[in-house]
Amino acid sequence: MTDLLTDPRRRLRRTATVVSLALLCGCATSTVVLLPEEDGRQTSISVKQGGTEVILEQPYAAARANALGPRAYVATPEDVQAKFAPALAAQPARATTFTLYFIEGKDEFTEESRQDVDRILSEIAKRPVPDVLVVGHTDAVGNDQTNDALGQQRAETVRAALMKLGIPADDIRAISRGKRALAVPTPDGVAEPRNRRVVILVR
Amino acid sequence: MSLPSSHYRSPTSSLILLRNGLVATLLFACAALGNAAEIGQVKVSRGQVTIERQGKSSPATVGMRLQTSDFVRTGVDGSVGITMDDDSLLSAGPNSELSLDRYTLNSTTNQGRFDSSLNKGTLAVISGRIAKQSPDAMTVRTPNAILGVRGTEFVVSAND
Repeated sequence: MTDLLTDPRRRLRRTATVVSLALLCGCATSTVVLLPEEDGRQTSISVKQGGTEVILEQPYAAARANALGPRAYVATPEDVQAKFAPALAAQPARATTFTLYFIEGKDEFTEESRQDVDRILSEIAKRPVPDVLVVGHTDAVGNDQTNDALGQQRAETVRAALMKLGIPADDIRAISRGKRALAVPTPDGVAEPRNRRVVILVR
Repeated sequence: MSLPSSHYRSPTSSLILLRNGLVATLLFACAALGNAAEIGQVKVSRGQVTIERQGKSSPATVGMRLQTSDFVRTGVDGSVGITMDDDSLLSAGPNSELSLDRYTLNSTTNQGRFDSSLNKGTLAVISGRIAKQSPDAMTVRTPNAILGVRGTEFVVSAND
């Protein structure tokens, strides 16, 4: 009978297990660093590993998750650059936002907004592969259903106008937020010209 | 007996009209589905970058539209920048593997879910409307951790 401890096959298997465990531990490392916000807003990320959670809330708060569990630390801008410069350099340009205003209850622009269209076209021309999101908003007069439809109608008006100006249909999407995202907070039912708008995101 | 040709329609031409109608409807349906399935767009692509979709791999060209389950891979010299439909910006550095696992968005309510995985490499993220509307509706997984994104800018690396 073979001795269990000295059986070469068992020894091999045990070695293999140790090696693969080591590889597993060596490989599975993740690092997370929270970055400062452009406009200084509050920001936060939770990092969960198994049953343990680390919450990052300050700029450069960081966590490293490896075989020992997630550990919080403070990173430096230099650490971030050293490791993430190529990823950060590939970040797409942020959307540029324009707002056009409408005459109450209608899908017609105010005179001023009609003149803003040129600025939108030049921003679209600047982008290598532009896509345009047109978001219709209403004021707080009327119910959600009516306002969702009116917001959509306003967005479609802008989309059609952009298409007429030569922007391909495939590159423009029209959506409505109805009265869910008032620019100027008002009680329900209040007519507010600054809320009757279409926001155009050029990306 | 003869009918004015403009009023006469043979059964065959009716069938053709019907068929054309069906084709148009199908094309429209496909276009609608196509749009619904588009969740983001490649805005930046440098060096070697490929997108794997349903087992097929193709180079990630600037302007390419992305779909759920797309797998993005960058080479030694590669990097890629993606704008998602909810305005999230994801960009990966060299030797990275990023999977767009799940993406849903109701554009009226902004309720949705966006889960992605970074299997290896480096990723920079600016979260968008999904995370802004509902904290924890956006996650990024690495092989050993799950990030719950409450907003907004961070970097993450996997298997470094």
